[in-house]
Formats: sequence, C-alpha cells, structure tokens
Amino acid sequence: MAVAAEAQNPLAGDAKAAKAGEYEFRINCALCHGLGARGGGRGPDLTRAVKKHTHSDADMFQVISNGIAGTAMPANGTNGQGVGMTDEEIWQIIAYIRSQQVKAPAQPLGNAAHGKELFYGDGNCSLCHMVAGKGGRLGPELTGVGGSRTREAIIDSVRNPSRRLAWGLTEATKEFPQEYESVTVVTADGKKITGVTLNEDSFSVQIMDAGEHIHLLEKDKLRSFQKSRESAMPKYDTEVLSDKELEDIVAWLISVGVK
Amino acid sequence: MVDQRGGEMRGRGAGKHSFVMQARRSFYHRGHREHRGIPLRSLRDLALFTTCFACWFVASPAGAQVTFERLVNSAKEPQNWMTYTGDYSGKRFSGLDQINVTNARTMVAKWVYQTGATGKLETSPLVVDGILYATAQDDRAFALDARTGRPIWMYQRQIPGDIRPCCGHVNRGLAILGDKVFMGTLDAHVVALDAKTGAVVWDVAAADYRTGHSFTVAPLAVKNLIVIGVSGGEYGVRGFIDAYDADTGERKWRFYTVPGPGEPGHESWEGDSWKVGGAPAWNTGTYDPATNQIFWPTGNPAPSNRGEGRAGDNLYSNSLLALNADTGKMNWYFQFTRHDEHDWDATQVPVMIEAGGKHLIAQANRNGFFYVLDRISGKLLSANAYGKTTWSDTKDADGRPVANQNASPTLEGHTVCPGALGTTNFMAPTYDPQTGLFYVTARDQCDIFSTAPQPYEAGHAFYGSAYFPSEEAEPYRGFLKAIDPATGEIKWTFEHTSPTWSGVLSTAGGLVFSGDAEGSFIAFDAAAGKPLWHFQMGGAVYAAPMAFGVDGKEYVAIAAGSAVYAFGLP
Repeated sequence: MAVAAEAQNPLAGDAKAAKAGEYEFRINCALCHGLGARGGGRGPDLTRAVKKHTHSDADMFQVISNGIAGTAMPANGTNGQGVGMTDEEIWQIIAYIRSQQVKAPAQPLGNAAHGKELFYGDGNCSLCHMVAGKGGRLGPELTGVGGSRTREAIIDSVRNPSRRLAWGLTEATKEFPQEYESVTVVTADGKKITGVTLNEDSFSVQIMDAGEHIHLLEKDKLRSFQKSRESAMPKYDTEVLSDKELEDIVAWLISVGVK
Repeated sequence: MVDQRGGEMRGRGAGKHSFVMQARRSFYHRGHREHRGIPLRSLRDLALFTTCFACWFVASPAGAQVTFERLVNSAKEPQNWMTYTGDYSGKRFSGLDQINVTNARTMVAKWVYQTGATGKLETSPLVVDGILYATAQDDRAFALDARTGRPIWMYQRQIPGDIRPCCGHVNRGLAILGDKVFMGTLDAHVVALDAKTGAVVWDVAAADYRTGHSFTVAPLAVKNLIVIGVSGGEYGVRGFIDAYDADTGERKWRFYTVPGPGEPGHESWEGDSWKVGGAPAWNTGTYDPATNQIFWPTGNPAPSNRGEGRAGDNLYSNSLLALNADTGKMNWYFQFTRHDEHDWDATQVPVMIEAGGKHLIAQANRNGFFYVLDRISGKLLSANAYGKTTWSDTKDADGRPVANQNASPTLEGHTVCPGALGTTNFMAPTYDPQTGLFYVTARDQCDIFSTAPQPYEAGHAFYGSAYFPSEEAEPYRGFLKAIDPATGEIKWTFEHTSPTWSGVLSTAGGLVFSGDAEGSFIAFDAAAGKPLWHFQMGGAVYAAPMAFGVDGKEYVAIAAGSAVYAFGLP
C-alpha cells in the first residue's frame, strides 16, 4: 500500500524521537542492518551519507514503507520479524538514522587509481568479480558494494571470505536469499564439477563453475553432492595483499560505489 | 443435485467427455453488501441440467448442513475436512488412503487457484461435500469447486488502513457450522458468512483494532459456539478467548488469559503489568467431546522480550488452558515457559493422542521441548528437547524445563537457542495414529537477544527487546522431525535446504506431506522419512496441507506463494 509521505521528516532533529527510533530500529531493522545501523552483513550500512536507494527523507519513508523490489528489503510489516510500524514510528527511525549518519563521506585512505590496477591486475579480483561491466561472473558483482558496505566490512570479506558468505539470489517470498556456497558434485557419468551455487532446493541445484558454465542438476541423479561453507574465494592474507594494497582497492570500490 | 444457488454438478456425457458446470458466476462481496441468488442463467444451462439426469452422476449434495455431530464424528467422513486440523483432536491426519506409499510418486497437480493476495498465505482450507473454503491474508474468504479450483463466491473484507497486526497480514482459515463459515479478521471482528453465497450473516467487533487487537486464527466451532482467540501479544493487549453464538453472533463467554484483580493467578504479575500482559491466543485449539473441554494454547507475555516490570510467572501466558466449552471456565492450566523473555508463544496446536489407555495431549513447543500431558488432569508426563536448546539445563520437581540463570536478554546482547522464532512456531504438526509418530517442522537457529526498552503506548509495538541472528557462521537449519511421543525419541529427520514455515499432514496412505521455503511440496514415507514425490510450486510455503475426497478421488491441497494447489493421482 502506498503511503502518502510528507517530503520532510516532521520529527527531524528531535533527539527524543531519535531515541525512540533507535529502539524501533533494533526491533524492525537491526536484523539485517545491524545494531547501530552500520550494516549487518545482510543489509547495507545506513550511516553513510550517500546511499543507493534513498536520499531525501521522503525517499527513505517510501523505502521503509514499501521495501525495495528485487532485494531482501521488505515492505513495512511484511518481514515476519517486527510488527508493522506507524507513520510516526517510521519517522522516528528516520530521525535515528539521520542522527547516526556520518556527515561527509570519510576520506578514503587508499589510492583509488592504484586500487583499480590491482583489481583488474595482480590482485586477480576481476577473475571472479565484475565492476561496471568488466570482470568475472563467479563471485558477487561489486559495482555498488562501496556505496552500501562499510570499509571495515569490505576489508573483512577480503581477509575472511568464509566468515560470512555473500548473499546471492533473492526470491520474493523466501525468508533468506541463496548464499554463495561452494559446491562439488560428481555426476552419474563420473564428471566432477566444482563451483558456487546459484540456487538450490531439496531436489535440484544450479551451479556456476570457474569457467562460468552453468550446470543445472537433479540431486538424485548425482553420484555425490558436497556443499561447503568455505568460500570459493581464496583468503587474501597480508602476504598476498598488503594492508596498503587492500586499502587502495577499497578506495577504488568506494569511489565507484558512491557514484 | 444441482442447486440453483451455487451448487454444481459433474457428469460424464454420452461417453468420453467430462464436464463441469457451475450454476452461476463467482461473486464478489464487499462488506455487508446484500446478495441475491441468481437463477440458472439460460435455457442452455437448463438443458445441461436436464441432460445430466442421464449422466453418470457423482456429485455429493453440496451445501448440506454441518452439524456438531458431524464434527464430533468427522472420522466417519474422511472425504471432508471440516476443522482447521481436520478433526477435533488436532491430529491433521486424513483417513484417506487412495494416495499411498505405492502410488505417491505418480501424483500430479490437479488445479491451482490464484488468490491474487500477496504476502504470506497461511490458510488451511476446509472441504465439505465437494466445496473448498479458504481465506487469504488480506481477509478475503472464498469457496471453490474442490474438483476444479473454479470459484463459487468470494468475500473481501475492507480492512482499515491503520490496522497493526503483528508479523504481517495473515489469516489461517475458517470454521464451518450449519450453513455458515466463520472467520476472524485483522480488524478484530468475527464474521459469519453464508456458506453458499459468501454473504455476511453477522459481523461483530470483539475488540478495538486500534489498540493492537486482531484475529489471524482459524476459529473452532464447538456445539453452537464459535471459539476464537485474539492476537496482539506484541501490542500489550490483555489476551482473551471468546465464544460466540453461531446463529446470532452474541458473545456467550470470554476467558481473559491474564487474570484480573481477585482472580487466581493475578498475583503472578507485578503491579499493573497484567493490564498490558499479552498472553494472546492466536492459534486454533482442540476439543475433547468426552470431557467437554476445549484445549487452547496461549502466547507470550508482553512486553515479549523483557521481563523487567512484570516479575512473576505471568499466568496464563505460554500455557495450555483446559476450558469448559459451555462456560469458558478454566478446569486446569499448564504453563510451558514461565516469565518468558524470548517470545516463545506456546500457541502450537495441542494434539490429543490416545496411547496405552491414556488420554494424552502433546505439544511441540516453540521453546524447543516436546511436552506430553495427561489431558484429564493437566499433569506433565514428559518434556524432551527436539531441537537445539540452550536456555534450560534443569527441570523442576514436576519435570518441567526451567530457565537457566543467564538466559535473559542483556543490553549488549546474549545468545540463546532457540531464537525468537522458536524451534517451531505456528506451523501445524501432525500425529499419525498408524505409525504412532508426531511430525513437526523444526528449526535450529540461535539469536542474540538485546534489550530495547519501550514504554507502553496503546497501539504501538511493545517488545522491550530486539533479537538478531547470532554471529555464529552456522546457517539456520530446517527440518521435518518424526517424534515418538512415548519416549520423546526422534525416529527420523529430514533436513530441508533452509528452514520452512510449512505445516505437516499425515494420511492413512502411509504418507506425510509438507512444503518448504524453496517452494517444493513433498510426500514422505511416514515410517522412514524418505521423500517419495515432490512438486515445485514456485512460492514459499507458510501454510499447512490437508486432504479431501470428491467423486471418490483423493486430493491433497496446500497454499504456497499466492495460490492454493490441489494434487491427486493422474
């Protein structure tokens, strides 16, 4: 249901409303966006001044009320977790998010130009990840990641890619999207396939291998099916990628992501 | 016979062609709009009507009265599914065995009915004499030709824009009695509809929706009463169970699940906390005709995740109540989780089981334990964990699991298993008297519980705490489990790809049916847990399956996505 929103938050700058909004946020939003709105690995960091889907208070109100089609962001009251919020409570949450926002985007620590070179070159990132139409398809597309994740979250997912697997396909009525799990199968004729799951149910699995071939398989016809929560992405420690080099890549991803 | 007011008939023509005729168009009802029966539309219809006297006539007399006696003796007519769980015992077991372990692998989709409603379709249909009755989450009710899925009527309630149901718009279904079907609405009304037309017969307000009251439950018809429990545990309502006269809508009794001043149990609440104590009753109970007792489960105390300010056991939250059906007076209660701080509503269907000469009632509780009680005395017989639990390591003298000291939510957050969604939830379980096993959908998920204090404000969310997925890299896991009620032992487990909200059905064909979050509907061998057949429905399942028969053919139906599906043999 569309909600006729005011253009401005009637509670803007109201500290008491922001405090009430903090608790509403914990109850309704923190599941994905984390305590403190800094992103929970599932939902984006909302403290960043530049965001992908929302700029004005009215935009924010619309997004919270109606969700974002094609993403895991549900419409108000439909996520099965919290209760539906009143308009007033939504404005309280917006007041809270605004109170948490970093006013100016933090100055990136690294050298973005060098980061881009690394991404497409020695870092080997683009073998699996695509940014702005260039790169591989095996891993998540990263064009927007710098705009929606914190620097810390990006660094952590490069250093510890298995700690939290990235989300892939989101289905409209499914509770949680498919994750980038690694999978190894042996087909009936003895062929071994290793890749990531694009989707899966109890009876079938859709896999992409390192050569970007899509394999559509029925589980009961496989000789073996092995899934792993060890990410297909190699763990980039400081031996492989120094802190400085990683900072450069992050700087480039942020510069691309906030555009 | 064909009934001009909406029945239909099926016949086989001169030889090979089957056809279905509906005597009138489906009809929309809005609010209290009056409706007139429409006669046979044309001479052509009349001709078909006449032709059919020569047909192989197989239709049952659609629209016969559903008496209390029929409900008590529902096992005698397994082709019909006349209560939320199929009978009064809560077993969700169908006596039909045409679809069985031998032929289940050949099952096919027979029809699909698209409701057009979006969100979570939790409805569990009723079928009586060839007509299927169900609801959708936007508080519509509809009647379909159970053989074809073609609509006969539809009622659409106009829901106010400012309702505040917890956890999304949902409705779990109808009760049927006499010539009426009954539904609870999101704006806290109870509505009786003409089973033949969908026209409103009566409509009463049970409570004020603006203070967070709503109905999501399928009511239960007992004698001449329509029994229904309120939702609103997340809004600090004072919970109640009501009984309405099926003919007039007059309220015959109300049982407040939070006792008032002077009533026993009132002392279990600190100060005035009872006034906003919650203990809703949002899932359908069961009924024992032998003792004339209604067994109705209750939900969390409010605020749901914060015990501060409501010191005490908080009766009768998270309890099973045994009520006299005629008066609503309580005979006994059993509280599963005392002073709950984790939103562990005990609203799971209490299932009546006969075993070893004992009259039992069993519940797979949201708190992760499977309880078996003597349903005459209310005495606990056993409580065994059937999923991942960390909140209780000890039991009291009665054998009831007791919360550990450190299980409460904290400001920084504290991990507890199960999480707030529970080991199971509203999804209906089944008990199969043939295997003697209890089948339930289960989830292993731990949450971090963190306080988020809120003052009570009428009509506003009243949680008092928040929960998040625990930081453990463990994904949530979902299962179908077969539990032996005699021992609490888990006989078999099927692991789903991810946790599901689907209910479970067992049938005399040796089968168990359930659905999953990926959209599959699955038939299992009830004894061994092996999947025998599956169908991809294209939408996650939040509903419970049921079975019915028409024209001597068995069907199994379930809602998924926005649609109701019926399956059968080719």
